[in-house]
Amino acid sequence: MALTIEEVRHIARLARLSLTADEEARYQVQLSAILDYAARLRAVDTSAIPPTASVLPLDAPLRPDEARPSAAGAQILAQAPEVTDGMFRIPPVFP
Amino acid sequence: MTDLTTLSLLEASRGLRSGAFSSVELTRASLDRIQRLDAALFAFVFVSPEGALQQARLADQVLARWRKQPASPLSPLSGIPVAVKDVLCVQGMPAAAGSRILEGFFPPYTATSVQRLIDAGTVILGKTNTDEFAMGSSTENSSYGVTHNPWDLSRVPGGSSGGSAAAVASGLCFAALGSDTGGSIRQPAAFCGVTGLKTSYGRVSRYGLIAYGSSLDTVGGFARSAADLLPIYQTIAGHDPLDSTTLTAPAAEVDLQRGDLRGLRIGVPREYFIDGMQASVERGVRQAVEVFHSLGASIHDLHLPHTDLALPVYYLIAPAEASANLARYDGVRVGPRRGKGDLLDQYLETRGALFGPEVKRRIMLGTYALSAGYYDAYYGQAQKVRTLIKQDFDDAFRQVDLIACPVTPTTAFGIGQHGDDPLSMYLEDVFTLPANLAGVPGIAFPVGYDDAGLPIGVQLMAPSLGEAALIHAAHAYQSVTAWHKERPTL
Repeated sequence: MALTIEEVRHIARLARLSLTADEEARYQVQLSAILDYAARLRAVDTSAIPPTASVLPLDAPLRPDEARPSAAGAQILAQAPEVTDGMFRIPPVFP
Repeated sequence: MTDLTTLSLLEASRGLRSGAFSSVELTRASLDRIQRLDAALFAFVFVSPEGALQQARLADQVLARWRKQPASPLSPLSGIPVAVKDVLCVQGMPAAAGSRILEGFFPPYTATSVQRLIDAGTVILGKTNTDEFAMGSSTENSSYGVTHNPWDLSRVPGGSSGGSAAAVASGLCFAALGSDTGGSIRQPAAFCGVTGLKTSYGRVSRYGLIAYGSSLDTVGGFARSAADLLPIYQTIAGHDPLDSTTLTAPAAEVDLQRGDLRGLRIGVPREYFIDGMQASVERGVRQAVEVFHSLGASIHDLHLPHTDLALPVYYLIAPAEASANLARYDGVRVGPRRGKGDLLDQYLETRGALFGPEVKRRIMLGTYALSAGYYDAYYGQAQKVRTLIKQDFDDAFRQVDLIACPVTPTTAFGIGQHGDDPLSMYLEDVFTLPANLAGVPGIAFPVGYDDAGLPIGVQLMAPSLGEAALIHAAHAYQSVTAWHKERPTL
């Protein structure tokens, strides 16, 4: 199943990826080939098969909800590209 | 004095205990070898000489105290230099996961698996190269450069844990941690001629592991033999309150003294011998099965009917999970930032400019598989077929104790060989993906060399939590063969 260039642009927008025209053209071909390959799954009758989201038994253990030390705020903020007054700084949401 | 880097981990451990040499001497030997060889290999993306020597001095103090009280407990890893794949966080070291988007990131905490090694007294030499966010089968997708296979520098070491495998194979460290989401420990172990263990899903904490496909990600390790790998496995396995998906069962003991495999039922699945696979790989695996038989194991023909569906299932589920996991990289909290306009522009430009081609491809694929109108046909259907693949293993392990099969269809391929053809690269993973989808453990180790002198690997798989049986069987094989003792000429 061939993706259109518009579909490639739509997916890139959903995924928050800016792509060059060259990348769009390349991903159109490559993703179409991969989806073609994946299409063989549709031939499998799974009408009576439940999905597997995790292989683990559904009895994940709980731990007590206790405070414990974590990295200092300053240490975490030091990793950010831009910080103001102890907060992450971002550009305006609406220009 | 002999070159300390040629010792096995257990020999080095005995030398440290006896006082024949110190951890500082051992660590200096590893650091010197890295200095001498790693310019050609590029196994390491970060080396920490001062930190490593500091840990070595501490280990020497512990060892000196132990020698006065030899009855007190001491980890066999005390004072042993190891390496860590650069998808695991270590406080004080950068963690880039092979990506420009994490350039300059110094995580403020340490992954549980690494912390357990540190607590056992290991020396962390540094971080090893990986495909970006562990997405790849060759380390060619690392944004920092490709790692070279120590057996032939024009070939890839496999991936994504190619740096760890190459480092262990070339004696730059005694063991290394890796991660395996679709074969990223077993395939590079096979390509580099070392022993690599992918643990059961939930066996080792993922706390501090940079996430790729969360229902598939596992942490494991590499060493030059199964016996060397055992203390690594025993140290990192177990429940972690910081990862509620870890299993609570204790790590089973392994009796390495027992040399035979009597009573063990090994199944050989016919679906793992496919048209187009390298003849010497098939021959090597079948000869290894003969060795298991000669050690007392019974060999059984096995049928895993949904094997050929593992690849399409994996390449929908893993990208879908990756597209969600990698949504967090947006230029706000860590790493560099791109874009000059509003917030959306920053997201688009940062992610577009700083993710590499394979990561963007998988994010796109996953986003599509999860998008409205396509979810049921792609992601939903893949999850259902995953159930069938898991049932194949459940059925198989009612008939046999272990499964023996190839790790890869070929030995190590050339750098650049797969060019810009992602699907042909994905096909490299055809024999390793099923274990991740089923959540079962697997071990890969060398069973011969092809005409070009490249290692051939075999893979053993066990039911969930069956790591002890895997390590035991691999050790029994290595007790009567010498393939794992071969070393590349560097």
